[in-house]
Amino acid sequence: MPGEAVAIVGASGSGKSTLLALLAGLDTPTAGSVVLDGASLFDLDEDARAELRGRAVGFVFQTFQLLPSLTALENVMLPLELAGRDDAEAAAREILARVGLAERTHHYPKHLSGGEQQRVALARAFAVRPKLLLADEPTGSLDAEAGDAVIALLFQMNREAGTTLVLVTHDEPLAQRCTRIVRLAAGRIVA
Amino acid sequence: MRQAVRMLARDWRAGEVRVLAAALVVAVASITSVAFFADRVSRALVRDAHQLLGADLVLVSDHPWQREMADEIARRGLQRAEAVNFISMARAGESSTLAGVKAVSPNYPLRGRLRIAPAPNAPDGPAQQGPARGTVWLEERLVTALGVPMGASLKLGTAEFKVAAVLTLEPERGTNFFNIAPRLVMHQDDVPATGLVQTGSRVWFYLYAAGEPAAVAAFDAWARERLERGQRVDNLESGRPEVRASIDRAQRFLGLTALLAAILAGVAIALGTRRYVERHLDGCAVMRCFGATQRQLLSLYAAEFLLLGLVACALGCAIGYVAQNAIGAALGTMLRAALPPASPLPALQGILVGVVLLLGFALPPLVQLKNVPAVRVIRREAGAPSTSALAVYAAGVAALGGLLVWQAGDAKLGLTVIGGFGAAVLVFAAVAWAALRLVSAAPVARRLGARSLALRYGLANLRRHARGNAVQVASLALGLTAVLLLTFTRNDLVDAWRRSAPPDAPNRFLLGVQPEQVAEVRRFFAARGIAAPELNPMVRGRLVTVNGKPVTEADYGEERAKRLVEREFNLSYAERPPAHNQVVAGRWFAPDARELSVEEGIAATLGWKLGDELAFAVGGQRFDARVTSLRKLRWDSMKINFFVIAPSALLADFPASFVSAFRAEAGQEAALNELIKRFPNLTLVDVGAAVKQAQGVIDQLINAVQFVFLFALGAGLLVLYSALVATEDERRREAAVMRVYGASRAQVTGSQRAEFLAMGLVAGILATLGAALIGQLLARRVFELDLPPSPELWIAGPLAGVALLSLNAWLSARKVLSASPALTLRDSV
Repeated sequence: MPGEAVAIVGASGSGKSTLLALLAGLDTPTAGSVVLDGASLFDLDEDARAELRGRAVGFVFQTFQLLPSLTALENVMLPLELAGRDDAEAAAREILARVGLAERTHHYPKHLSGGEQQRVALARAFAVRPKLLLADEPTGSLDAEAGDAVIALLFQMNREAGTTLVLVTHDEPLAQRCTRIVRLAAGRIVA
Repeated sequence: MRQAVRMLARDWRAGEVRVLAAALVVAVASITSVAFFADRVSRALVRDAHQLLGADLVLVSDHPWQREMADEIARRGLQRAEAVNFISMARAGESSTLAGVKAVSPNYPLRGRLRIAPAPNAPDGPAQQGPARGTVWLEERLVTALGVPMGASLKLGTAEFKVAAVLTLEPERGTNFFNIAPRLVMHQDDVPATGLVQTGSRVWFYLYAAGEPAAVAAFDAWARERLERGQRVDNLESGRPEVRASIDRAQRFLGLTALLAAILAGVAIALGTRRYVERHLDGCAVMRCFGATQRQLLSLYAAEFLLLGLVACALGCAIGYVAQNAIGAALGTMLRAALPPASPLPALQGILVGVVLLLGFALPPLVQLKNVPAVRVIRREAGAPSTSALAVYAAGVAALGGLLVWQAGDAKLGLTVIGGFGAAVLVFAAVAWAALRLVSAAPVARRLGARSLALRYGLANLRRHARGNAVQVASLALGLTAVLLLTFTRNDLVDAWRRSAPPDAPNRFLLGVQPEQVAEVRRFFAARGIAAPELNPMVRGRLVTVNGKPVTEADYGEERAKRLVEREFNLSYAERPPAHNQVVAGRWFAPDARELSVEEGIAATLGWKLGDELAFAVGGQRFDARVTSLRKLRWDSMKINFFVIAPSALLADFPASFVSAFRAEAGQEAALNELIKRFPNLTLVDVGAAVKQAQGVIDQLINAVQFVFLFALGAGLLVLYSALVATEDERRREAAVMRVYGASRAQVTGSQRAEFLAMGLVAGILATLGAALIGQLLARRVFELDLPPSPELWIAGPLAGVALLSLNAWLSARKVLSASPALTLRDSV
């Protein structure tokens, strides 16, 4: 559902990340299907899946995955440029301002704190207005304070953009803030 | 495309592509500088082709032409001109110098014109015919050397001439592209009066023919069938083969040096791209996540690199163009023809090389980027690029091989160079791998390791990284070899060459003493208190048979052997072996036997053995004798040496002249001038002056080659640099992990230092071995010198390796320690 937030929880090795990779079409399953935005993911070839991802899916990773050779602004511009948007820079500036980094657009990732890096990653994820946002342990590399700030921002932007959020975490209080919780154990949904 | 431009700008700013660009610029600049220069020289040759020969057909002989040959030219209705060339002393007042004399018939040349000027630096014009009898035309260099104004008189042998004009241009000047003795032109009929063409003089006889192409071709065919040994026919197609050959050789040498730079640059590009790919794997995975298709990624990176390539190639061409001017300037007076401006073609050649390097060495690893699975963003271990370098670079190596063969203009030479280079890389890598494992496992290392944790880790790393380190050490050794070769070995070679003459060596050669003058010349020396020089008889003879089998050039593969057989030998006779000769095999001949003593080197070159029966033709007569001893000579003694010595009884009746080498001390110049005045037919060569002249020419050549070497040096340094940064990221990560687990700074730096030190030592020793080996090969094969082992090289080579890697260890340790381990690790996850 648009605006819905689903938490996937489970112990290490329970298959959370694998599920996320399957949802995004990053990995292929031995059986089963994933329907995203009306398209059956695994009926598409690798490039068509990538194209669909570019249009409909945003990502936030535990390790941020910002490109070290690009500034904050350029990191946010990247998906916009890949989508062929002419207003990439303006749109990126706008959304960076939304995450409170208007003053740090020309900083490189290594000059940003962990919290700031994850906010750049949030800006990058929301830049293309995805229908589905996949977040893999988004606070896993952050201290409590920075983590809380990032989560607050994540939920706020999710609400405003009406994105479907799928959040992988083993942080129980964080999971409780979601509308639905899926529990995994040994690769199976247990609740 | 816009995206590619942006990405290039970002990568440039982040320093990701600078080494790649630099390597490309160096490669292209190096190739184009030589190509531009070669283009100008060959355009000059083409431009002058019609008058290069001075005729449609030129017949050259080292003995006078048979009358029928000259008559046949006239009989067939062709125009005919004649010339005689020889080297002699020209004297004016108190000064004398060697001149390249050309005595011509009045109608010379048949094609093109001699150009002369009334005075040095005055405007010149075409001469209607050759010099009038009793006059000579001098090249400006000769006017300066002798200090003779126009109208002054000049002595050549026993004749006196009036200097009538400055010679500014002669056909066949191609011959003089790299000529040492300046030209003097005179009338053919004045030659007898000089008394210079006598027994033992080295004289070339020329016949020129011109006319209807069909008649010329018919005569060409007719003449070729009647050529004797030592005679040849040049036409426009064969185009002065010896000129072309020497220029071709020079260009090929420059071209191969340029390609060495290109190969090294290729290695730097391969290393640089590999690092680039490793650093962009995550970025690609992220972009795949954000919807980039494989095609999009591939075209993005291909466009970025293409753009980089074009910019770098353009810059390289510009630098190459500037450098070729410098090559021309360095050759200076050696290039006697004004070169036409270069065509744009060489730029294309340079760009082609750049593109091949880029496509061959950068594209294959780049293609791996598109295959990076997007899931790498979640699971890092996914999608590491294939490390099978051999398969990845096969295309690059093949393309480069093609280029080399093309540049060398000769498949064998090209393949030899590629094979040599490839073998060097493999041997370096294999030896490095083995050596690093050996070092890390050596008992002494284990004992040391037991005492120090840092050392233990460093040495363990050597083993763990054996493959990567071996590649790095091999690249380092390669770069270092180039650097050592261009610094130490080059100087050693030049020194060896300079040292090859001992200080008390003779400094004058006296040539052309006739038998009846021997006693008189000896008396002349004695009367002036100069130690009487030893006068050695010299008989010129051609080798006709070996063990009864007729000898032809075609019997020999080696260039030197062909040359030796083609020319006349200087034979001598004596009763005892010369003092500076040593019989190393067989026994010295009996005084009345038909026996010979030959020099061991020439025996090896021509395949002569003790007991072989050799026959020589001297003039119209011939003699044969058996080889009974091999002699070892000291060529660098500057004494007169003979390949073949026979008993006097065998040779004394043949026409001979006498030659001598002696040492003249300062203050004896006046006596020597008097000697030349008294015996005008003698040629006195001042070795010092001749060596100086030759040295000048060689210095100019070295200067020109140095420009090209500079590029190779730059490329070698780039290889060094890219090999060093190739593993920097990984080392930083490892150091960070060590620190996280409580290693002290000293332990981290210590372990890195130990690892780098061992690698530097191995690389340094390998490079030293490589440079020493190549140096010896060059010395023996090319320069025919003995190159003593250089202690400096053996100290500097390994030290340079250790120093370079220590510096690197220090720098990388600083980087690792200045960043917090957490940051380093976070960057790298």
